Amino acid sequence: MKHTLSILVENRPGALARVVSMFRRRSFNIDSLAVGPTERRDVSRITLRVDCADHALSQIEKQIHKLVDVLRVNELPPGESVERELALINVAAPPSRRAELLALAEAFRARVADLGPDAIVFEIVGAPGEVDAFEELVRPHGVKELVRTGRIGLARAAAPVPDGRPQYVLR
Amino acid sequence: MTNGADAVLRSLEAEGVDVVFGIPGGAILPIYDALARGTSIHHVLARHEQGAGHMAEGYARASGRIGVAFATSGPGATNLVTPIADAWMDSTPLVCITGQVRSHLIGTDAFQECDITGITIPIVKHSWLVQDVAEIPAIIKAAFHVAGTGRCGPVLVDIPRDIQEALLEFTYPDVVDLPGWRPPKRVHARQVREAARQLAEAERPVLYVGGGVLNAHATDELLELAQAARLPVVTTLMAKSAFPETHELHFGWPGMHGPKWSNWAMNKCDVLVAVGSRFDDRVTGKLSAFAPGATVIHLDVDSAEIDKLRYADVPVVGPLKPVLAELTRELREVAVPGSTEPWLAQLREWREQFPLRYGNEGEMLKPQPVLEALQELTVGSDVVFTTGVGQHQMWAMQYLLCDRPRTFITSGGLGTMGYGIPAAIGAKAARPEATVVCVDGDGCFQMTCQELATSVLEDLPIVVVLVNNGSLGMVRQWQDMFFGERFSQIELTHHLPDYAALAEAYGARGFTVESDDELRPALEEALACGRTAVVDCRVDAREHCFPMIPAGASALQLVEYPDGQAVPA
Ligand SMILES: Cc1ncc(C[n+]2csc(CCOP(=O)(O)OP(=O)(O)O)c2C)c(N)n1
Ligand SMILES: [Mg+2]
Repeated sequence: MKHTLSILVENRPGALARVVSMFRRRSFNIDSLAVGPTERRDVSRITLRVDCADHALSQIEKQIHKLVDVLRVNELPPGESVERELALINVAAPPSRRAELLALAEAFRARVADLGPDAIVFEIVGAPGEVDAFEELVRPHGVKELVRTGRIGLARAAAPVPDGRPQYVLR
Repeated sequence: MTNGADAVLRSLEAEGVDVVFGIPGGAILPIYDALARGTSIHHVLARHEQGAGHMAEGYARASGRIGVAFATSGPGATNLVTPIADAWMDSTPLVCITGQVRSHLIGTDAFQECDITGITIPIVKHSWLVQDVAEIPAIIKAAFHVAGTGRCGPVLVDIPRDIQEALLEFTYPDVVDLPGWRPPKRVHARQVREAARQLAEAERPVLYVGGGVLNAHATDELLELAQAARLPVVTTLMAKSAFPETHELHFGWPGMHGPKWSNWAMNKCDVLVAVGSRFDDRVTGKLSAFAPGATVIHLDVDSAEIDKLRYADVPVVGPLKPVLAELTRELREVAVPGSTEPWLAQLREWREQFPLRYGNEGEMLKPQPVLEALQELTVGSDVVFTTGVGQHQMWAMQYLLCDRPRTFITSGGLGTMGYGIPAAIGAKAARPEATVVCVDGDGCFQMTCQELATSVLEDLPIVVVLVNNGSLGMVRQWQDMFFGERFSQIELTHHLPDYAALAEAYGARGFTVESDDELRPALEEALACGRTAVVDCRVDAREHCFPMIPAGASALQLVEYPDGQAVPA
């Protein structure tokens, strides 16, 4: 089963390495990982996708929680969170195929990020399933290069703060 | 203004550190210069950083305080990796301070540069690479706090040389600022009540006690609990000495070389109370066959241990000292007096039925009598034992009976050969009034015997009782039992080096024992001489350590001493 974990860490050198090292050392596999700033400059958020059994997930959460740099770790339960991913896809697009590709992009609300004589770089932002679907549909046209950010997510706007705990301890 | 190096020492002094173990070198010179300029801290000069690290561990385990080791950058730091890993596995609180190359050289492959914070990520609770001299007091404060709270363990502080030389206005903080470090402090009253209820209903309960009890300073509470409800206690190798071993409620040690009665107690119990223990594979054998019928109550300060290997029916996460006290209080209200007596009688019966046995064939001295003699000669006295790793360690577990907490110090989780001698020196530094005895193997001895020099010159006398079987005995045993007697690279010889002569060369006393008759006089003299001594007991290499539960087997597949047969091999 795949799970999305959201981890808030102190923005310190080595914080990411410690989190990632825990996965490697206990042989858990990371599917995707995205790190970036949060609303606070001294805190970063790691959103991490992991494929494991429920039992392993709770072990992972507890092991991560023990890391000194980690302020909070929680699963983003499907349905109770908003998850997004961005992909850039460079697709072969000879003039004869352009119309078809642009129509496809339109349907998925993908943007044209760049246009060349025989290729288009599409930019798509969406729920990970939508990105998958778009990728599948353009693939037959010839994907030259592709990059995905890995998913990021937040609890839904209406969701209570996990476990009723404060987001993190303020200093 | 003081420099960073002085700030390190002032911080250690503020933490109450009285002794550190280490070896100097280029990147840590300013700190050693600060030592020379004056401090209340005594520095013990080791002969190898691995030795320094194990000394700090031995100090920590014997005293219940935090051990401190110093090393220089590069090879000094990498030599500390084994003790750090050892402390990690056995949850020994340790603060390691390493010198690092100057800040501007980091990342350039400078002379003796090594990414020690990177190397140790998986084996420390936390580490710091100091980037600003002003951070030193807060970081040292945090380092001690992290090492010694929650589940204990090692931390590392890496300090570039220029930062040791930079100046700061020194003040030591009163509080730590670690928003991400929140070990459990409270007792879950509801969980404890549930644990008490389950225990009160048990017919065949067992307390399966691990090293966490020692780290939590909760041995008194454990004794109270066991006595209050008359619960039998089995202590793991790491918990040896956490419960008085001559107490009628103590029923040995579980696992691969534990006696049959201890393993049967675990196997047949209906309620298993894991107290600061972690279901290590050397204890459980085949996990699915471990305590198969038991309801598990798991008390631990580390929530990640709950359900890690064995599902806990009643998890209680919290500091063991108050948890045990609270459990005893609850249990007093619900326990049925006398309800465990039939079970205790059964355990006593098994103990009588399946005593530890060994062979008496052949001319050579057997290893087990060495441990028996040592036990007899030290009974009742203030003695701390350390061990190496191998057969001798398992015999030490079986034959030495430790009644006082922190008197058996061994490398359990990592199984680090060479641990015994330096750990003994560290223990002696912590407990100068005690007689410290290292039960060592000949293989282990040769990994860290250079520290005999430290022992002699630092006036930290220890007695090394060498169970010299002329071989890497434990490996020999496995090759004999599981690899069709194909012996491969296990021969060390009994005579090279001449251990007694080597001891004398180090300024210690040396004794050679080759027969039963020589054993007691030599041990007596070594124990009484007040100097560092090595008693080389040359024993039969063919003697195996029994009983044994082969790796991955269940307690019921325990192999006993082969009766009526010649000594194996
Ligand atoms: C550093 C290290 N290297 C290798 C081993 C594997 N090993 C475990 S026990 C053992 C033999 C130990 O020999 P000795 O010290 O003579 O003890 P004995 O088993 O003979 O009592 C070895 C090689 C280990 N535990 N640690
Ligand atoms: Mg040996």
